[in-house]
Amino acid sequence: MFNVKKIISVLAVLAFLISGCGKGRTAITLAGSTAFQPFAEKLADEYMSTHNEVSITVQGGGSAVGIQSANSGAAQIGMADLVILPEEAKSLTATIVAKDGIAVVINPQNKVSDLTTDQVRDIFNGKITNWKEVGGADAPITVVSREAGSGTRSSFEQIITNVNLKKDALIQDSNGTIRETVANDANSIGYLSHGLINEKIKPVKIDGEESTEESIIAGKYKLVRPIYLLVKGEMTGEVKNFIDYILSDEGQKTIKSNGLIPAK
Amino acid sequence: MKLISEKGVKRILGTVAFSAISVLFLIALFILNEGLPFIFKYGIKEFLFSSDWQPQQNKFGIFPMITASLWVTFGAMLIGAPLGVAGAFFLSEYVPKTIMKIIKPTIELLAAIPSVVYGFIGVMVLAPIIRENFGGPGLSLMAASIILGIMILPTVISISIDSILAVPQSYREGSLALGATTWQTIYMVTVKASKSGIIASIILGLGRAIGETMAVIMVAGNSVNIPHSALDSVRTLTANIALEMSYATGLHRQALFATGVILFIVIIILNSFASVAIRKRARKK
Repeated sequence: MFNVKKIISVLAVLAFLISGCGKGRTAITLAGSTAFQPFAEKLADEYMSTHNEVSITVQGGGSAVGIQSANSGAAQIGMADLVILPEEAKSLTATIVAKDGIAVVINPQNKVSDLTTDQVRDIFNGKITNWKEVGGADAPITVVSREAGSGTRSSFEQIITNVNLKKDALIQDSNGTIRETVANDANSIGYLSHGLINEKIKPVKIDGEESTEESIIAGKYKLVRPIYLLVKGEMTGEVKNFIDYILSDEGQKTIKSNGLIPAK
Repeated sequence: MKLISEKGVKRILGTVAFSAISVLFLIALFILNEGLPFIFKYGIKEFLFSSDWQPQQNKFGIFPMITASLWVTFGAMLIGAPLGVAGAFFLSEYVPKTIMKIIKPTIELLAAIPSVVYGFIGVMVLAPIIRENFGGPGLSLMAASIILGIMILPTVISISIDSILAVPQSYREGSLALGATTWQTIYMVTVKASKSGIIASIILGLGRAIGETMAVIMVAGNSVNIPHSALDSVRTLTANIALEMSYATGLHRQALFATGVILFIVIIILNSFASVAIRKRARKK
């Protein structure tokens, strides 16, 4: 009998706590770009630590999902990392919260250090197939790209222009596996998010410009894509507060210290 | 009282069994429902036999993926089937029973290794070896076939051993009494008596190979490309679905479900072959 009482009282306390948690909290859901997802999670944590009246959930799914769920209302904020937003996103209010450079990377053993936009296009289209044509050793080029639909891939192809990826290019499904593939194969070339460059791969200069943060901010390095937050209709209430927080000095500092380039 | 509980047990077990079947039924219904309309809208012929897969331009031809799936599976069988069957005969006919009882579970442990681990070994060890010795990008049809060949070994070996051991001892004794050696007994008596079981083991291995996804994505390179040599990079049907599902919307998404329909049909055909072979063996006994 005593046990039953104990259990009931514990349950009652739990129920009280749970109901207390949800009370009066505004829920915001972000969905979309996997490139921005970790940053959004970090920003959400920081924001919630000072604003406990808001509860923010961050989901991935890719830029297409971001646009779709902002449109359908499944998420209050959609995240997209595309150079040109598609038709469906026209009706949404878009805010650029950060920028991300796309680095063209090769194996550190490769002597090539500088490519022009035309050379990059020809390599990915299969017109240039040997490294000696661009000043490297006599070795066939292994092209590594992302899967169709990836935001990084469509941004890359839109900036380089007229890319019609050659058929035998290897396809990897994330920035991380692109990095591993390029790190393992001395003759390969790929592209990935600027924030993910490490010592196992070597970024090349594009048209003489390095993919450093300074040259991206100065607007010299051309492979840069904006990261958009998309909201249906006007931004209001907590959604607006959260986006304002991301754009504030504090939010932009978080973005910068984790490898992305601030919007301003 | 006893009768009621007996009925109750039957009902509970029935519900459990039926829910397993209904899950399968629901999965099939779901895939067909999502995929079939696309196939009819886009055209079966165009979908199956065009080699243009460019989702951004609304071009969905899965011929390269079908070819790749068949080649990769064929390659895996070329490696896995002879090794597996030979290993099964060695373990059941040459090795003492006590030792086999240790080795067989060890081989079955191979099946417990997650496919991601096989893929990782393929990427880190196998692909560089292929790249350095044969050329090409390393991540290739050959790498995928070798990894899958190893992955199906436990299936082929353990089912083959079971069917070889099911051959009555008197068959072997008869053959040996006629003066045949162990090897002669194997290929003239045991192979023939256990043939359907061995075929079933190979077909089940085939089903495993064609359905494997993770390891293949990691080692096959995933180009949408009809392979011209074993060193070319390929994308299988399963890899196509898994690679692009996370980004796909609209027509593209439906095309991936349609890919699933094709894969589902191929696997159903393979499995029914296997069950026919197994039933044949059961009838013989």
